[in-house]
Amino acid sequence: MHIMEGFLPAEHALAWSAATLPFVALGLRAIKKKVREKPELKMLVGVSAAFTFVLSALKLPSVTGSCSHPTGTGLGAVLFGPLAMAPIATIVLLFQALLLAHGGLTTLGANVFSMGVVGPLVAYVLFRSGRFLRLPQGVTLFVAVTLADLSTYLTTSVQLALAFPDPTGGFAAALAKFAGIFALTQIPLAISEGLLTVLLFNVLAKHSAGELHDLGLPLVREGARS
Amino acid sequence: MSKNGQNILLLLAVMVLVAYPLLTVRAAKVSPGQEPVAIFTGADGQVEGVIRQLAPDYQPWATPLLEPPSSEIESLLFALQAVLGAGFIGYYFGVRRERARQRAADGSSSAA
Repeated sequence: MHIMEGFLPAEHALAWSAATLPFVALGLRAIKKKVREKPELKMLVGVSAAFTFVLSALKLPSVTGSCSHPTGTGLGAVLFGPLAMAPIATIVLLFQALLLAHGGLTTLGANVFSMGVVGPLVAYVLFRSGRFLRLPQGVTLFVAVTLADLSTYLTTSVQLALAFPDPTGGFAAALAKFAGIFALTQIPLAISEGLLTVLLFNVLAKHSAGELHDLGLPLVREGARS
Repeated sequence: MSKNGQNILLLLAVMVLVAYPLLTVRAAKVSPGQEPVAIFTGADGQVEGVIRQLAPDYQPWATPLLEPPSSEIESLLFALQAVLGAGFIGYYFGVRRERARQRAADGSSSAA
């Protein structure tokens, strides 16, 4: 999902940066507010960031014969809300843009938008909907995070198709080409991210039940939510 | 099923998802003299080819400030990124576990 440095026309790069900036600012405020209310949550913010560091460093092979990486931003969105991951994704993507030549400064806004805004938003909305419908928590979390990961890569495909429409087929044909590379490759990786997120959530439920409770995620026996 | 049992199954499923492509995807056979086709290259990089095809005249207008001088150095930096994350997660659960143990020990000693 990293659009490489210089690979978005300047006006696109600027527009995505402008669209992303408010989310990063609001996300910082959301994290600060949560941590001020409950200082012990600071460590859990760190865990969410750390999970993103790990998952986005793992380039995994896919059935398409390509490699790509999960994002890890679904967990933090479920824990801290849809905005909190925007600043955290910015840190990770900045690290990769500056040291690894993955992504870039000109494309940082677009890349944060897909990984730190759209993905977390999808994860949060799906997870909350599943809880509202009283679906089993583990299944809900898995589906929410898996689809969030996919939505990040679809967003990248849309961003690229907007910038480079097909000379004959226009936006739709270009989207099919970019999504053909990104979305298909990503399916097994998104499933892996969903499974690993459920795994980490299980461990958190065991060791950090108090913090999860503070975040409005009381441990409920499946099907017996009060 | 216990949570531990579930967690082991989750890990196994991820291992299968990662191992399956490695075992099944084979590079296309090439006739002698042709360049072999690389497999398991990065999707991010393949996109560059599509952009060149869709917009042959497009010139990237910025280049990375630093590029890892070799793929070994790139792996080093990715490993560093993963280690920072995994190290923190390990530290966090170590602290939680020890604190819970301490609390349990205090509880039983004050009850005695």
